[in-house]
Amino acid sequence: MLKYFLKRCASIVPVLVVVSVLACGFVRLLPGDPARMMAGPDADAATIQMLRAQLGLDRSLPVQYVAYMGNVLRGDLGLSLKTKLPVFQEISLRYLPTMFLAVAGMAWSLLFGVFFGAVAAIYNGKWQDHAAMLISVSGISLPQFWLGLLAIQLFAVHLGWAPVAGFTGKWSELVLPSFTLGATVAAIMARFTLSAFLDVLNEEYISTARAKGVPERRVMWKHAFRNALIPVVTMAGLQFGFLLGGSVVVETVFAWPGLGRFMIEAVAVRDYPVLQALLLLYSFHFVFINLLVDMVYALINPEIRFE
Amino acid sequence: MTETQATPFRIAWYKFKQRKTALVAGIFIVLLVLVAVLAPVIAPYDPYAINYSLSKLPPSAEHWAGTDLYGRDILSRILYGARISLAVGLTSVLAGALAGVALGLVSGFFGGFLDGLIMRTSDVLFAFPGILLAIAIVAILGPGLVNVVVAVSVFSLPTFARIVRGSTLALKESLYVRAARSIGASRKRIMFVHIMPGTLSGVIVYFTMRIGTSIITAASLSFLGLGAQPPTPEWGAMLAESRDYIGVADHMTIFPGVAIFLTVLFFNLFGDGLRAALDPKLK
Repeated sequence: MLKYFLKRCASIVPVLVVVSVLACGFVRLLPGDPARMMAGPDADAATIQMLRAQLGLDRSLPVQYVAYMGNVLRGDLGLSLKTKLPVFQEISLRYLPTMFLAVAGMAWSLLFGVFFGAVAAIYNGKWQDHAAMLISVSGISLPQFWLGLLAIQLFAVHLGWAPVAGFTGKWSELVLPSFTLGATVAAIMARFTLSAFLDVLNEEYISTARAKGVPERRVMWKHAFRNALIPVVTMAGLQFGFLLGGSVVVETVFAWPGLGRFMIEAVAVRDYPVLQALLLLYSFHFVFINLLVDMVYALINPEIRFE
Repeated sequence: MTETQATPFRIAWYKFKQRKTALVAGIFIVLLVLVAVLAPVIAPYDPYAINYSLSKLPPSAEHWAGTDLYGRDILSRILYGARISLAVGLTSVLAGALAGVALGLVSGFFGGFLDGLIMRTSDVLFAFPGILLAIAIVAILGPGLVNVVVAVSVFSLPTFARIVRGSTLALKESLYVRAARSIGASRKRIMFVHIMPGTLSGVIVYFTMRIGTSIITAASLSFLGLGAQPPTPEWGAMLAESRDYIGVADHMTIFPGVAIFLTVLFFNLFGDGLRAALDPKLK
């Protein structure tokens, strides 16, 4: 067990290195000279040269990489070109709102996804199954930004049940954005729950339970549902990365003060240090989420460990 | 009571039912393509014609879907928008599929270092949610529809590569490929004539499933201001323009969204049916 964990932990090191090299090299791929962009249109050659030295752009790529990563490890992500504030500070302001959104979105998607998936499995082949799966395929086909706009239109503007947009720390402000964010994943989870549930229902211990006269309701909930949840929970972990990605769109719709909207703003004004830091932050999150999911899965399922 | 027996009749009926939805979806897709091609003929108005005296009119007999801020007919813009969304969806998946099939074939056929390199790269691409990868690529290339196509095709590429690599590995050891090799068929011939056709059913299924996702992603990028720029009648960009008039002109938000939703839904239903019919692993 410990050996598997250590091996799995070691395996992410090269991935982290590749990802961080990409995030650093990213700035080099961008058209235009970052120093010139920073200096503005009126700057003279000497100022640009000075800025270039200050940013370390005059040094070779490997040196730049080591210097940048050294700074990152010390919590120094540079200054935002737009606000002139430390990127670290800008990101820490927006980190929690995004995490609130993603966690709440995950809660919605588990709630609805597992419900619809379980209904479809229990009533396999009946109208409930078809209805649940129709809802699911519709959910996958719904663009999140449109769902968000419709939610604002109906619940915030016309009914006045929820605030239109923004986040000041109130729970009521979290409802519409997190639901919007969770909808697509809920649809994916419903399909996944259905197939996980059906797999379990084909197991011999289900037939055994039925054969020895366990009531159907008990077979479903006690024997099938619990076992079907194992892959579902694993899947939920993997979908968390997807939720973080989706938050870019949802945060823009709801004017959410999070990392996703920050990223779009940074793309719009070509704020390189911010983009670089966000790419690094996002990719590290995805790598660690995958690692965590694998480990939880190994804990639950011993077969994995011995491969 | 809830147990369903998998009799051959039931399986056949199930598949038939699946195909019926797919058939209906397929007919709608054909209609959609016709609409896109014939947009200049069937659109009641010029999608770019600005007329401030008609600004934000609700749906009426003259303007079935109402008008937008600039008095442009929304229905005409949606009809023209079908051209953009379908073109972007198809070309981006096609580009991703072509590159993915080539890489998957090479990866599975030659194995070794090349295989490791291709698969590790696709692992890294996989670690990113598609939309973030697409945003990063657009940040490098700059906003615009062509760059959106590039960005969206990059994120469907690794899956195509994996699917093809998997079936290539299996087919490489199959009897008929070994027979072809033993009678002296060239590597190129084995790869393209004997192995590639065998990988295509998986590719076709994923291809149709992917078009819907790609259309949504492209529309999202346009909505975020990274794709089609105004005054292009792109559905996502139209929704971005509608944002400031929620509650004032609701029809501006509703109709372009319905267009995206139905288009993607038909492609997804079609893909589902195709998978049910083609994928032997599916019950």
